[in-house]
Amino acid sequence: MRRALLAFLLVAAPLRADSNLPPSRWANEQLPDARQEAAATALMQELRCLVCQGQSIADSDAELAGDMRALVRERIARGERPEAVRAWLVERYGAWVSYRPPVEPLSWPLYAAPVALLIAGAWLLRGRFRRRG
Amino acid sequence: MSRARFLPLIVFALLVVAVAWRLATPKDDRVASKLEGQKLPAFALPPAVPGKPGLSSADLATGSPRLVNIFASWCVPCIAEAPVLLELARRGVPIDAIAIRDKPEDVAAFLARHGDPFQRIGSDDRSQVQIALGSSGVPESFVIDRKGVIRAQHIGPIMPQDVPAILQAMEEAK
Repeated sequence: MRRALLAFLLVAAPLRADSNLPPSRWANEQLPDARQEAAATALMQELRCLVCQGQSIADSDAELAGDMRALVRERIARGERPEAVRAWLVERYGAWVSYRPPVEPLSWPLYAAPVALLIAGAWLLRGRFRRRG
Repeated sequence: MSRARFLPLIVFALLVVAVAWRLATPKDDRVASKLEGQKLPAFALPPAVPGKPGLSSADLATGSPRLVNIFASWCVPCIAEAPVLLELARRGVPIDAIAIRDKPEDVAAFLARHGDPFQRIGSDDRSQVQIALGSSGVPESFVIDRKGVIRAQHIGPIMPQDVPAILQAMEEAK
């Protein structure tokens, strides 16, 4: 029984979640202009892959991430500013697609937290030094 | 001192509550398009299969609401959705499609096998229109109103239990 199951697992074809088309040209090819490529890479590292949501599109092997890399490279090669490309994507997917959170009322705790923690740490330390002294 | 003694316990209890809450209400991983309520971005896609017209944004502002289905022949949930789309088409819902990263022969084989409820099918072989629409996977469907404004998005396959909601969204898009 166990052997039959193993044989079955070996012959079972894995379910494909990928298309039959090759990746877009600019998904994995660098732009000829090194400055543009550097700008594109920096942006790709700050854009979230929509399929494997913990990765950036620079790191992801998902096809949609490849097509997004192609989109970023093509737009930057056309002379668009990286921030304009980011804004275009945020318009479609929300601020979530960018790894750089916007400063807005909802995200202020994020920016305030380091300061608050530093103040709390200083306060704790003060109590400690006073007792020693 | 006596109050501070319970502080770790309180912190631990808060942690348990937070974890229990997340286990009870799992995170919603779906990424909704932010374009709902906005005009469809301009696009023009070539035909995905011979003998059926392609799809452009101009074809979707015709004076009556239309459903746009984003699918692919290599997408397994799209097979589950196919009979429901046929049923929607039978009930008079005009459906167009965008085939993502597909070959004409694969799309044709998919339609021959699972039915063809589509009036037009555009071929988006580099997912660029999919990204322009704020769609993040297949299948997804958009309800477009008579003026070409995106009125609703359905993420994932349309199952029989989703039909009333789709029909209502189509009605509201008139």
